[in-house]
Amino acid sequence: METAEPILTAEGLSFCFGKNQILTDLNLAVPTGVFTGIIGPNGSGKTTLLKCLNKTLAPTRGRITFMGQDLTRIKLRALARLMGVVPQQWETPFAFTVQEVVMMGRFPYLGRWAGERQEDRMVVREAMRATNTWELAERLITELSGGERQRVLIAQALAQTPRLLLLDEPTSHLDVNQTLEICTLLQTLIRTKGLTVLGVFHDLNLAARYCQHLIMIKDGRIYAQGAPEEVLSSPNVTAVFGVETVVGAEPFTGRPYLYFSLNRRQEGAPGGH
Amino acid sequence: MKVITKYRLLMVGLILGVVLTGLVAMSLGPVPIRFPLDSFQSKILFDLRLPRILLALMVGAALAVAGVLFQGLFRNPLADPYILGTSSGAALGATIAVLSGINLQSLGLSARPLFAFGGALLATALVYYLGRMRKRPVLTIMLLAGIAVGAFFSALTSLLLFFRQEEMAKIMFWMMGGFSYARWAEVRIVLPYLGGAFLYSWSLARQLNLLLLGEEKAHQLGLAVEQFQRRIVITASVLVAAAVSVSGAIGFIGMVAPHIVRLLLGPDHRSLLPASALAGGLLLLLADTLARTLLSPVELPVGVLTSFIGGPFFLYLLHKGRSALD
Repeated sequence: METAEPILTAEGLSFCFGKNQILTDLNLAVPTGVFTGIIGPNGSGKTTLLKCLNKTLAPTRGRITFMGQDLTRIKLRALARLMGVVPQQWETPFAFTVQEVVMMGRFPYLGRWAGERQEDRMVVREAMRATNTWELAERLITELSGGERQRVLIAQALAQTPRLLLLDEPTSHLDVNQTLEICTLLQTLIRTKGLTVLGVFHDLNLAARYCQHLIMIKDGRIYAQGAPEEVLSSPNVTAVFGVETVVGAEPFTGRPYLYFSLNRRQEGAPGGH
Repeated sequence: MKVITKYRLLMVGLILGVVLTGLVAMSLGPVPIRFPLDSFQSKILFDLRLPRILLALMVGAALAVAGVLFQGLFRNPLADPYILGTSSGAALGATIAVLSGINLQSLGLSARPLFAFGGALLATALVYYLGRMRKRPVLTIMLLAGIAVGAFFSALTSLLLFFRQEEMAKIMFWMMGGFSYARWAEVRIVLPYLGGAFLYSWSLARQLNLLLLGEEKAHQLGLAVEQFQRRIVITASVLVAAAVSVSGAIGFIGMVAPHIVRLLLGPDHRSLLPASALAGGLLLLLADTLARTLLSPVELPVGVLTSFIGGPFFLYLLHKGRSALD
């Protein structure tokens, strides 16, 4: 991660919604070819930040550079070939099949009248195999569970063959098995395809386990960024999330693992109840 | 693959249905047709019945395609040009054109569809922006906005007619929806608008599919959503204006035809658009044939007939899908 240029940077990024200042003067860099996590409490501006980075929202001030270009200068269609986005929640009342939904990931590559080419079908199949959605191909998207739909969305984003994948709490609807599977899949894609992943995480321990780089946000400002070992220090987590924290090690991987407690004054000592 | 076979079967079935219904409709009417044709009979057949049949097919297709576009735009299978007030807007425009006697013949244009287009566009844009006030279109707001805009435009039309009572009967009859004035001239008015707007919509089929996934997802997949939605509003308004300017306000074809096709083929616009166009044409041709033969020689306004069938259908859909649609 030290070698390449950052794939995405933001300088002086601010965003106001009406009179509410949601993001204030953010400077950040997303290193190429690794798993980066955005963490912070609810309402700290994580999702807004992600929406600025994928051009859904236009920043009030500041500049975002993606793959060496000013983001405002990149056409949406060109952007969709380089950046895939997996939203947190998504539903449609229209009964497309899973395969049709994944094929829509090829939209930025297809001409107005052009049919899908062999290449598009191969990319789609590969994306579906990787996300374990191939066996769902003929099912209707309206009939899937939350976890299945999430995997279909990831497949669709992968069908865009992006360089950067943005995920907004990708695992919030998944059980523990599916969560680990998706995160491991993302790690594999980073290793084998040189993909870069930027995800918003609710679960700090999940972020600690899978991310090589963390961006910690508090009240719309960057509180810390860097390696998880540095960012997830006990004083940082206490300052940002307002919980007492002890940092240990996760037994399978040796990565940092956080134990939380409410302020000791409010909570009895362990075993005291 | 199954879907493609189904699509082909349905298209063949619809084309056969259109041809057969067309032939039956040619043979029905107060003047009996016997071979060999005399000149009176052939005049009835080719100057009255044939253009009327073609016009019903084209107007039905235009309304169905407009319905598909509105349903994609609002992500709601209940959207329909009649319910959304677009037809009332077009009717106001057309009424103004007729009453003011503006003549654009020197420019090679017919004033009625142009004015109807202006009215349709205004009404649709109003409903669209009112419906978006909560950032995404919500069924209740969309329907209420449609009712309000439709009522407002209808009231304006009534007011105009009130001051020109000598024209009232004729325009009221036209507004109820019907093809009794259908001649080749009307066919020539509608054809270019319908053809152009249909082909253009069809070329946007993939984009329309994306829109069904939601504005944000469509944006993330590379679609410039707002610009695209404006194009859809304009295209749908062209279709409704062309239809209303020749046949008045005919309700529910735009909702019923796409709904039936969607049940059979799914929501993919690449097959939904052509199949809905044929289904809409067939439905309206059937309705018009019934309208002129049920109480023959008296003709019912076909708009009254389609609303008799479409109204209860709409209520049924509303009841059935009320949880899924909000």
